[in-house]
Amino acid sequence: MSEPVSALAGARFDGFAKVEALPPRGMVTVRGDFESAALQAAVRSAVGIDVPETGRVLFGVGTAIAWLSPDELMVFCAYDAVPEIVVGLQNALADTHALVVDVSDARALFRVSGLDVREVLAKLTPADVSPNALGPGVLRRTRLAQVPAGIWMTGESAFEVMCFRSVAQYVFDILKGAAIPGSEVGYF
Amino acid sequence: MTTRLAEGGRLINRGRALEFTFNGKTMTGYDGDTLASALLANGQYLMGRSFKYHRPRSVVASGPEEPNALMNLGSGARFEPNQRATTTELFEGLQAQSQNHWPSLEMDVGVVNNYAARFLPAGFYYKTFIHPRSAWKHLFEPFIRKSAGLGKAPKDRDADIYEHFYAHVDVLVIGGGIAGLTAARAAAAGGGEVMLIEQSAHWGGRAPVDADEIDGVSADLWVKNSIEALEEEENVRLRTRCMGAGVYDHGYVLAYERLTEHAPQDGLPRHRLWRIRAKQVVVATGAIERPLSFAGNDVPGVMLAGAVRDYAVNWGVSLGQRTVVVTNNDDAYRTAIALTEAGLEVPAVLDARIAPEGMLIAKARALGIRVETGRGVAKVLGRARVTGVAVCEQASDGTVVEEIQCDAVAMSGGWSPVVHLWSHCGGKLIWDEAGACFRPDPEKAPTGASGEAFVTAVGAANGALGTAEVLADAHRIAPDGVKAPVAAPEEAAPVSPVWMMPRGAGHKLRSKMWLDYQNDVKVSDVQLAAREGFESVEHTKRYTTLGMATDQGKLSNINGLAVLSDALGAAIPQVGTTTFRPPYTPISFGSIAGAARAETFQPLRRTPLHGWHEANGAHWEPVGQWRRPYCYLQKGESVEAAVEREVKNTREAVGLLDASTLGTILAKGPDAGRFLDMLYTNMMSTLQPGRCRYGLMCNENGFLMDDGVVARIDEDTFLCHTTTGGAEHIHAHMEEWLQTEWWDWMVYTANLTEQYAQIGVVGPKAREVLELVGGMDVSKEAMPFMTWADGELGGINVRVYRISFSGELSYEIAVKANHGRALWDLIAEAGREFGAMPYGTEALHVLRAEKGFIMIGDETDGTVIPQDLGLDWAISKKKEDYLGKRAQARAHMTDPERWKLVGLKTLDGSVLPDGSYAIAEGQNANGQRNVQGRVTSTYHSPTLGHGIAMGLVRHGPDRMGEVLQFNRTDGGTVEARIVSPVFYDPEGEKQNV
Repeated sequence: MSEPVSALAGARFDGFAKVEALPPRGMVTVRGDFESAALQAAVRSAVGIDVPETGRVLFGVGTAIAWLSPDELMVFCAYDAVPEIVVGLQNALADTHALVVDVSDARALFRVSGLDVREVLAKLTPADVSPNALGPGVLRRTRLAQVPAGIWMTGESAFEVMCFRSVAQYVFDILKGAAIPGSEVGYF
Repeated sequence: MTTRLAEGGRLINRGRALEFTFNGKTMTGYDGDTLASALLANGQYLMGRSFKYHRPRSVVASGPEEPNALMNLGSGARFEPNQRATTTELFEGLQAQSQNHWPSLEMDVGVVNNYAARFLPAGFYYKTFIHPRSAWKHLFEPFIRKSAGLGKAPKDRDADIYEHFYAHVDVLVIGGGIAGLTAARAAAAGGGEVMLIEQSAHWGGRAPVDADEIDGVSADLWVKNSIEALEEEENVRLRTRCMGAGVYDHGYVLAYERLTEHAPQDGLPRHRLWRIRAKQVVVATGAIERPLSFAGNDVPGVMLAGAVRDYAVNWGVSLGQRTVVVTNNDDAYRTAIALTEAGLEVPAVLDARIAPEGMLIAKARALGIRVETGRGVAKVLGRARVTGVAVCEQASDGTVVEEIQCDAVAMSGGWSPVVHLWSHCGGKLIWDEAGACFRPDPEKAPTGASGEAFVTAVGAANGALGTAEVLADAHRIAPDGVKAPVAAPEEAAPVSPVWMMPRGAGHKLRSKMWLDYQNDVKVSDVQLAAREGFESVEHTKRYTTLGMATDQGKLSNINGLAVLSDALGAAIPQVGTTTFRPPYTPISFGSIAGAARAETFQPLRRTPLHGWHEANGAHWEPVGQWRRPYCYLQKGESVEAAVEREVKNTREAVGLLDASTLGTILAKGPDAGRFLDMLYTNMMSTLQPGRCRYGLMCNENGFLMDDGVVARIDEDTFLCHTTTGGAEHIHAHMEEWLQTEWWDWMVYTANLTEQYAQIGVVGPKAREVLELVGGMDVSKEAMPFMTWADGELGGINVRVYRISFSGELSYEIAVKANHGRALWDLIAEAGREFGAMPYGTEALHVLRAEKGFIMIGDETDGTVIPQDLGLDWAISKKKEDYLGKRAQARAHMTDPERWKLVGLKTLDGSVLPDGSYAIAEGQNANGQRNVQGRVTSTYHSPTLGHGIAMGLVRHGPDRMGEVLQFNRTDGGTVEARIVSPVFYDPEGEKQNV
């Protein structure tokens, strides 16, 4: 098997915040009834984390689960761990109406970090990115300029951004533009 | 002569001189000057020519309401027209040019219009240029456009960048004068997130110029203290140079921040457009002074009284040595007092009121200023510059009682609250008889989703005048326990509405009284409009152009509608105002676009193979937001030659296609088969796992909306391929039906389009290429036509579909996007010895057209049903229902007269024009030639060596062999024979090998 190559492998920009394209990561879409015991048990056994509340993301050891819609979850894991997790979930859900599918290659991930990182996001998303609205554990599905995206905190002053793979360059470019040194807003 | 005073100027730094140019001439101003104050300080009072009559004009205001002093600023990639000199902060190297004159500001040929003014009344253009009709477009309009107009249009791409910023606050206070500061302090005490914005670079509004003490200290110091106190608050954010531009539904506010306009530099945003969600909006936008309508009120040297003292106090600039003040209210006395205190002469205050008494009047008298009451200006003397005023009784026809020599006139017709932002989202106004102004009606505020008011007007914007009244009005929003700011109340005489000066002026005087400086609308024009039956203020506005253009009537609206109401004999509130629309003052297009420019103008979607295409001569074609190679150009090759080569190579050897943009949607669940049976016209539930089937998708009106191959993965799982354009909307279409109609069906979908790169390996040698790459059995026996299999190619996991859109032996290989490039490289390398070449979208189109395969968007246009295309074989007769089935049974859909798909072959072998119609005998009801069909796809076929086309023709399939006439854009026709749409390999032998 060849080495997996993500959309913008290695791209980075050092502005008043740092923008980095992240290497491939495992992502698995799970659709099902969150209320069902089978699904809850399957997720817990295969990923080691519970199903998160609306709008939240829960982190485990090398894994995370995000709520994407009332019947859709996204499991994050190591790129290499995907087959095992997919099979684990599929087996556990064999008798349940659910969909488990690998979507690791469909998206691009970025890390945006720095003291004024929220300002970079606030230039691009209509969502409230203030600490009150977008604190740790929240995954906000929104748009960045003209494309859909998801954003969540991964550290004190760091966020991860998820977008579709085909627009990775666009998202990198707008994040870069929003982080130009000297364009700090001094808002948050 | 306008000049810089020896002393004064609270906003300028005399220690820092700045050089700038005006019409190419170098001048000097100070740090803190506006362009207007710097021009005046340089004696440059002439700043432009008026719009229609090209009259010489000077600056008349000191703020954003300025109608006259509009400039072309900058040059080249930083050129910008129609910028107000009054709000343009001076910087080193600023370049300004005055507008609307030729050949020069001093010598303007267009001024001839001024002398012809009586032949250019309101509605002149409408009345004059009506006949002949065609002359408007070709003769009159181009000529009028040339002679009218303000600034020039920029020619170069903007050198600057712009950005947006989204903010979410509890209270947004717009306006940083004493009302806004008081409101912000009050709101901050409430504990919510508060944002206070001020359009200028300075806090305090008019107070530092006009007010006495607040809380026992000077207004200047009080403002400074207030800002310091607000800066201390954690929950308050302050921005200057940030104008509230518009208030919209749901507490959405646009604010326009000027970041580097006053200090241009590369690489930093010039403007920032704030997109604010506020729970409450407090409008503290102050008031704008009105001009008085007397003859010659536009002669350079006539200025609003408040502006005259602004220039003196803020920038140390005098408008003249001898200034006559003319007023209908007490406020203008501040100007007389300020000028006198600055050592300038005020020969008289002409007060139109009979016997006004108040503190300011008393103070002016005490300073020895001559006050004449009951009097006004009959006319201004001087043409390009004020030389004096002719004085008359206000209650007269303008008989001159005295002439006073002067070089400046300061006028005040009272103050109009800035109600724009209050009004943008539906706030209503009431006519304040005592204040002679419209002010916000507190009972009819803009309301939010809950029906509660979300905008509050405070201070002068709410009709409060005088420091004490303004502070009290703004403090009313404070929670209990917040200390109210205190100022001494003022005793003032009431304003007297003066809409025309003198009251009995005859036509000659009225036709020199300017209401709207920017559009050259006079009192006589509005009166004429009223006589001609324009009763509505909206119609009068459009007929006369009153209140149009860049200033949107900030000075002229109230005066204009007062004149109109007088002419109509109706009360002002009955006539009403025109609608206030955002933005408050013009904002840059750049700020609206934000990041949407240059490379990020639109998202450009790239497949995992994009980089390879780019490096291998791709000639791009936009397909939605994707870029796909139209063809790959080899050295020295034309586009046509490349397409021809790619088609032939695919037919004769092997071609490679990037098919990653095609949609891939997974549908899984016990009801997935039933679901697809409803979505597609044919039967999908009977498809065996491992097999593929082509399907058609219609909307509920029966029209064909998408097509593609469905592969059954297992008992519960199907993979649906869509067109490139269909990927998102077909997925949405599926979800809509599942979520709204069939919510109890057990089906989940997932759009996997971007998960995979999809590579087409197409042509007679396709199998050999894949066998060389190696890893799985792709033989005819292992993988017959219309099957799929999982496996490995070159050590990479793949799913291979044996499907064909070209009529050739063809494999489509889905590979995870992160491995897409690696697989493509392996296949391209292996293909080299077989002559493999990539092919683009045009070759793809030609290949499918040669085979008579339809293309969504070519053969379909939203009005075509599958039956029109001879696709009855793909419509299940057995199924009880599918989306579109009932619609396809409607009488119109089953009409034998519907145009149906056929092939078309020109007799001379040429390519039919795209979109060409087959003409028929006679004409229709509109006098147009009757038609009997049209071309839907047309190409040159490299394989066959002649033009091929598909088209929809009435009774087409029954008319095989018949020759039709198709029209051409040059007026001629071309003959084409009706043939089968399958031009190449009708038996399908090539794809089934």
